[in-house]
Amino acid sequence: MHAVLARRQLNPDVTRLDVEAPRIAQIRQPGQFVIVRRAETSERIPLTIADADPVRGSIALVIQAVGKSTRELVALQPGEAILDIAGPLGRPTELIPSGHAVCVGGGVGTAVVHPIAQGLHARGVRVTSIIGGRSREWVIFEEELRRLGAVIVCTDDGSYGRKGFVTVALGDVLAGGGVDAVYAVGPVPMMRAVAALTRPLGVRTIVSLNPIMIDGTGMCGGCRVSVGGEMKFACVDGPEFDGHRVDYDELQDRLATYRQYELEALRCAETQCRLGPHLTNLPAAEGAHSAAKPAEPAVVP
Amino acid sequence: MSGKLSTRERLSIPRQRIPEQPPEARASNFAEVNLGFTEQLALLEAQRCLQCKDPKCVRGCPVGVNIPRFLQLLTEGKVAEAAQSLLCDNALPAVTGRVCPQETQCEAECVRAAKGEPVAIGYLERYVADWARTHAERLPIEKAPPTGKRIAIVGSGPSGLTAAGELARRGHEVTIYEALHKPGGVLVYGIPEFRLPKKIVEQEVERLRRLGVRIECNVVIGRTWTLPELRARFDAVYIANGAGLPLFLNIPGENLKGVYSANEYLTRVNLMAAWQFPRNDTPVLHGQRVAVIGGGNVALDAVRTARRLGAQEAMIVYRRTKAEMPARAEEIHHAEDEGVRFHFLTAPVEILGNEKRWVTGLKCIRMEPGAPDETGRARPVPVPGSEFVLPCDIVVVAIGTRANPLLTSTCPELKLNRWGNIVVDENGMTSLPGVFAGGDIVRGAATVILAMGDGKRAAQAIDAWLRGELKPAEAQTPAPTG
Ligand SMILES: Cc1cc2nc3c(=O)[nH]c(=O)nc-3n(C[C@H](O)[C@H](O)[C@H](O)COP(=O)(O)OP(=O)(O)OC[C@H]3O[C@@H](n4cnc5c(N)ncnc54)[C@H](O)[C@@H]3O)c2cc1C
Ligand SMILES: Cc1cc2nc3c(=O)[nH]c(=O)nc-3n(C[C@H](O)[C@H](O)[C@H](O)COP(=O)(O)OP(=O)(O)OC[C@H]3O[C@@H](n4cnc5c(N)ncnc54)[C@H](O)[C@@H]3O)c2cc1C
Ligand code: SF4
Ligand code: FES
Repeated sequence: MHAVLARRQLNPDVTRLDVEAPRIAQIRQPGQFVIVRRAETSERIPLTIADADPVRGSIALVIQAVGKSTRELVALQPGEAILDIAGPLGRPTELIPSGHAVCVGGGVGTAVVHPIAQGLHARGVRVTSIIGGRSREWVIFEEELRRLGAVIVCTDDGSYGRKGFVTVALGDVLAGGGVDAVYAVGPVPMMRAVAALTRPLGVRTIVSLNPIMIDGTGMCGGCRVSVGGEMKFACVDGPEFDGHRVDYDELQDRLATYRQYELEALRCAETQCRLGPHLTNLPAAEGAHSAAKPAEPAVVP
Repeated sequence: MSGKLSTRERLSIPRQRIPEQPPEARASNFAEVNLGFTEQLALLEAQRCLQCKDPKCVRGCPVGVNIPRFLQLLTEGKVAEAAQSLLCDNALPAVTGRVCPQETQCEAECVRAAKGEPVAIGYLERYVADWARTHAERLPIEKAPPTGKRIAIVGSGPSGLTAAGELARRGHEVTIYEALHKPGGVLVYGIPEFRLPKKIVEQEVERLRRLGVRIECNVVIGRTWTLPELRARFDAVYIANGAGLPLFLNIPGENLKGVYSANEYLTRVNLMAAWQFPRNDTPVLHGQRVAVIGGGNVALDAVRTARRLGAQEAMIVYRRTKAEMPARAEEIHHAEDEGVRFHFLTAPVEILGNEKRWVTGLKCIRMEPGAPDETGRARPVPVPGSEFVLPCDIVVVAIGTRANPLLTSTCPELKLNRWGNIVVDENGMTSLPGVFAGGDIVRGAATVILAMGDGKRAAQAIDAWLRGELKPAEAQTPAPTG
């Protein structure tokens, strides 16, 4: 059991939980994550270690409530607890030894990019952070990142900082030259756009991928992604990869595998139906519906 | 009942059938298929044993269970003694009685197999073990006084559990580190409920805890602690982290939605109980037509799981013939009874998908037996121009696993063979003094009983090592791989 020590809502969707995990707090490195199972019937879900306090023995999880599991997690109050936390998992970020790095965070990815910026700053790399949100109230981790270097804030509606996407601001910084590496964490389209900007300039770009995971130990292969045409397991080979070589379309597509189930889980949680529907009400793999009639006999010569 | 029957009387008893759930019912539930012998059936079956002076069955058993002894005690009505005898040879008999390939081990060697059917050793082992499980209070727990020595075990599969029990009984302080949230290894995440109820594994784990074994879940060795760190904190280490890295086919379409490794499919359903979605939060896709590629126990577990999740057509696609399937014979029979379809001499060449990247079919090619390969089996060769499409919406790849490098890659001093398996000497010791290994991480994907045998042997070697009676071997012999 891992007690929730503190809880702070950072924006309407995103909540920071500081939870007890002494061993992980001591040894975690930038880029690593944990697998969390809130209660006996919960999913195992991956969350980045956004920060850690080795003295208090706690790690910070910054969670965007997108579905049932994350909603339940952000509803936890201090004094409540998380059943299982395994980690730290994944390879630590490859931090450049010196020079100038730009850290780009979109949405909750801003929290994920924070430990990377911390790591870079700690070894003397100059850090510029570019972070974005829909409007002022959605911007998170600005203060923490300002302690590590310059911060450029972008909002979609221009209510704070620059108006427009983070990629526009990144384009300007890149145009100034002298950027040795870009670290980008956020929604898949954002990472794809960042990689598209840096690729022609040959600027090294590292992205943190977020495929669906279960064990986080390389045992199931569910987290597989294609990088440079090769199959990689993001939980053990990543989660960070060379942004120029990632197959983003495939990643985004695979993330949608359980969409119908996720909606069903939320509907059940909201209507408090304890028994749930029978198996027959569940969506089959969509291929069964959209493909040629599933009952067709095998085409055997 | 008396055990004094003549050989003729014993020979006249036919092999007893184990009651099972009817196929129609079980194909849609996850309850155990075999229901187990009743007391009456067990006594009758045990009397079939001829009590050979030179029991061949014992030689067929990888851990040398004294089979005639526990069967004799059973026929004498001394079930508690039978249980004690069995447990002294085999730490997890309720598991092996259900999952051992008896037809190629003990029962293959049984003299009665020559003329008729062998003694149903597996079912009897299961009967006695189940008695022991449900009468734990009648079996004393014997434990040596504390030695003050501390041992770490990596992985809580059958190998780690067996080693832990053996070491704890010898008075050592044992801590098992397990990466997942539940102990049991393949016994909980891989082998389905309908074959091995999870309650049995829980009871075995509980028995170990009562012996004083500590189990820390959610600890990934290589990440949470490194191997050198463990070695520094403990007097000895036993590595039994299995062979959990799934292999894929390397054919087009493997990243379409609807393609699973057997490990993922089974883990979702077993460990995460996805068959109870949405009562449990983890989902699993329910296909109408599910194609499972492979011919081992893993493939059969996956295809029978698909059937229970409601697949109208659950198919095995295997590149060799039925006779060459490595799965347990009983599982093949059960799958057939449950309406699983088999496509033998068939190999997949491509997974087909629609414009939304959902699986729609499996393109296959017919195979024919060719010249024998290094395993002595006919190497299947493709028949040119014989491609055809099996329409399906889910594909499960069950073609085997390899050693997971997560732990070994963080400890370069640990000697591995070219498949990434840990190399050990005849005592189970690795190239690092005081670090032992066994089970699938050494053998490659093998069996529960072999993993347990390694655990027991390693425990004895560790005990000797801790008493200073064992020196690291000079030369490291390469380990056999499966
Ligand atoms: C390495 C890694 C680090 C991550 N770090 C963070 C983080 O710091 N903060 C944060 O808010 N989110 C993070 N995520 C994403 C987070 O794990 C998912 O948002 C969460 O699992 C969704 O669960 P849900 O039940 O709330 O939503 P659902 O309704 O189940 O799903 C919403 C979406 O989340 C994705 N998802 C669902 N299940 C999983 C799963 N088991 N693993 C991964 N993705 C899944 C799917 O694409 C789905 O469309 C990370 C993901 C990865 C792989
Ligand atoms: C679906 C399936 C069906 C099978 N059916 C049969 C059968 O019918 N009969 C039979 O005899 N055999 C069967 N087998 C094979 C048998 O299960 C294995 O040979 C046996 O479980 C190996 O035991 P083990 O203890 O070496 O490893 P495992 O059972 O694999 O256990 C290893 C444990 O170590 C943990 N671990 C891994 N890495 C780490 C780490 N870095 N840190 C901490 N913990 C770690 C894992 O999570 C796991 O719990 C089957 C296998 C599968 C997958
Ligand atoms: S352990 Fe397996 S091989 Fe040995 S007697 Fe029992 S069932 Fe037979
Ligand atoms: S999450 Fe299972 S292999 Fe990565």
